[in-house]
Amino acid sequence: MAEVQLSQADFEPLHADHEIQSISRPSLSYWQDAWIRLKSNTRALISLYIVVGLLAFTLVGPLLWTVDPAAQDVDQISLPPGADRSATIVAPYEPWSGSSVMPIGAGLRLADEATSEAVRLHWDPVPGAASYSVYRSLFNVGSDRALGLPLVDLFGEDTSYFEDRLDLTPRTYHYSVIAFAADGSELGFETLEVDVSRVITAEQALERGLIRTIDEVQIGDEVLMALHPFGTDYLGRDMLARLMHGAQVSLFIGIAAPLLFVLFGVVYGSTAGFIGGRVDQAFMRFADFVVALPFLLFMILFKIAFGIGPGESGILPMLVALVLLSWPATSRLVRGQILQIREEGYINASRLLGAKNGYLVVRHMIPNTMGVILVTLTFAVPSAIFTEAFLSFIGMGVAPPTPSWGSMCNEGIKTMLTTPHELIFPALFISITVLAFNLLGDGLRDALDARMRSTE
Amino acid sequence: MWQYTLKRLIQGVITVWFIATATFFAMHNVPGDPLINDRSVTEDIRANLEEKYGLNKPIVDQYFIYMGNILRGDFGISFTQENRLVNDIIREHFPVSAILGILAVVFAGLGGVLWGALTALYRNRLPDVVIMFLVILGISVPSFVVAALAQLALVNVNDVLGFSLLPVAGWGTIWHMLVPSMVLGLGTMAYLTRLMRSSMLEIVNSDFIRTAKAKGLPPTKIFTSHQLRNAILPVITVLGPSIAAITTGGFVVELVFAIPGLGRYFVQAVQQLDYTVIMGTTVFYGAFLVFMVIVVDLLYGWIDPRVRLE
Repeated sequence: MAEVQLSQADFEPLHADHEIQSISRPSLSYWQDAWIRLKSNTRALISLYIVVGLLAFTLVGPLLWTVDPAAQDVDQISLPPGADRSATIVAPYEPWSGSSVMPIGAGLRLADEATSEAVRLHWDPVPGAASYSVYRSLFNVGSDRALGLPLVDLFGEDTSYFEDRLDLTPRTYHYSVIAFAADGSELGFETLEVDVSRVITAEQALERGLIRTIDEVQIGDEVLMALHPFGTDYLGRDMLARLMHGAQVSLFIGIAAPLLFVLFGVVYGSTAGFIGGRVDQAFMRFADFVVALPFLLFMILFKIAFGIGPGESGILPMLVALVLLSWPATSRLVRGQILQIREEGYINASRLLGAKNGYLVVRHMIPNTMGVILVTLTFAVPSAIFTEAFLSFIGMGVAPPTPSWGSMCNEGIKTMLTTPHELIFPALFISITVLAFNLLGDGLRDALDARMRSTE
Repeated sequence: MWQYTLKRLIQGVITVWFIATATFFAMHNVPGDPLINDRSVTEDIRANLEEKYGLNKPIVDQYFIYMGNILRGDFGISFTQENRLVNDIIREHFPVSAILGILAVVFAGLGGVLWGALTALYRNRLPDVVIMFLVILGISVPSFVVAALAQLALVNVNDVLGFSLLPVAGWGTIWHMLVPSMVLGLGTMAYLTRLMRSSMLEIVNSDFIRTAKAKGLPPTKIFTSHQLRNAILPVITVLGPSIAAITTGGFVVELVFAIPGLGRYFVQAVQQLDYTVIMGTTVFYGAFLVFMVIVVDLLYGWIDPRVRLE
């Protein structure tokens, strides 16, 4: 082996190229990185905008649209959005007992213009008739004679007029008159289609705030009834106001309940995971039992057990029941994470540097599970909203008159065939909210946690 | 396997006991009492009635009597329906719910596997996009809305056809069961489709698929006997909890379609505060669900031996 001659110069450090070591890209924290990834996900971003929009609708909406959700507009009941809301001013109502002269025409006919104040009917007396029965139907009577609502039985051959003032709304009615002989046999049957127009007296218009002074309008003028952009429900309550206030209930439960039970789950799970051993075993066994409880059955049971006092909305009991039954899933997840992190090198390093247990949990373990916790939270929101809607739908949710989207669906489903907007609007709001939170959850999961990334 | 079965059964029994206990104490906490509706009850009558029903005993005694009765399978008498045993109510109405539930589970399971496999096969192509869009809708629309819309659609279809293609509500024949069970299974089917799709896509890249390809198996054979078979495993695990979701989801579907099942009865009992029926139904349903989860887990342990070792 050849001898190597070392000189002093061999021990001189080489020229160090510092430029190579400089960081060319900005350093990103975990959250900045996650935010960039979320922003590149169009679906998640749109969902985020929808969620922000819904929050604005819930919180700012009632400030802009200040209609009382419990106020009943008796003139406009079950009205779809965009319905005609003009009304003609008429003179105050005067009693009527048949026209002195028979109106022109034949058969069953109107004695006067049909208005929402009164429909005045006349028909030709049927010879030998002992009584007449008058019916009113919302639908075509047809050949099978679906007569509808019986209005009156009139006795005497000559009582051939009738005035209907029962709960008239501006729409089409089908009136029928049947003439009966003294022995009860039918002598004649006639039916008439009547289009009722909306009228209002000047006093009523003033009372409802449609005009400022009574002299402002003359008989025959048109006034516009109160505006309901989303229509009204079966009690004449404004749908938009109810949707906004219902959103407050639904979103409050949907967001507050997950926050509370995730918080509890984190505390419970991290305690179990950090202490480990017997305590962990006992904690997790208990969580297993709570998981095994049939969720909706016990939601209902707890709701009954807490009870709703008079004048209470029943939001708080539902919140408590949701929290009581939903925490175990989060606690299991957090415990698993903590168990994993506990063995990591940086925890040991921190411990060697003298970190106390509490510091370890708060400074290292919880921040490192934060991504998973946030994803759980986002997915918990739609399921909480669903639960609230489900319970309100079967009448076990918030107590009337407090609106919630679920209870609005429950009310709307009864008149689904005639006024579908009462069901469709709250159903649409539930669906969009749940959809937005689900897609946002997917996006967050992809952005925050590489291990849980969905296979796309 | 026997040891595993035994372990699961013991856990199940303890869980049912926990459910029964929780039910008992929750119901005891309910404000008011069962006799409050009868205005004519005087002090003496009330005392006699409490004596008869054992309501004047200490709560611990009541608890043991209640547990003893449950062990003998006796859930008591309905409070609101005279002379009807809770057992009779369950016996009469549960089979209806069970048939509806079984059909829904079958529908959800088969549909989920089928659609999931299809979307994975046509990944990022038109069928995948369309089905996944429908799946997202299925997850986001509440079951009562789906039920209402399905009923509305039925009404319109029958109206257009001029004769009754399928009954709109009620119970009795297989035709009555078709639409409600599909509505009931829809949410679960959407969930299972998603699960099946991601599990299929995960498996595509695994080693044993590559091996199968390398040894020259035809693609259809790889798909059916390797990919599908392994991808189904996660679907089976969630089938247990899904049965619970479908059973309770049945309440609403039974309500909307006027099906005389136990779910509708339960909702009615809750509204009328029929204590014994509520307690009986809850414990019965709870036991049933625990049992179903055990069955599914055992099935899973039988299909995939790895779980038994845990």
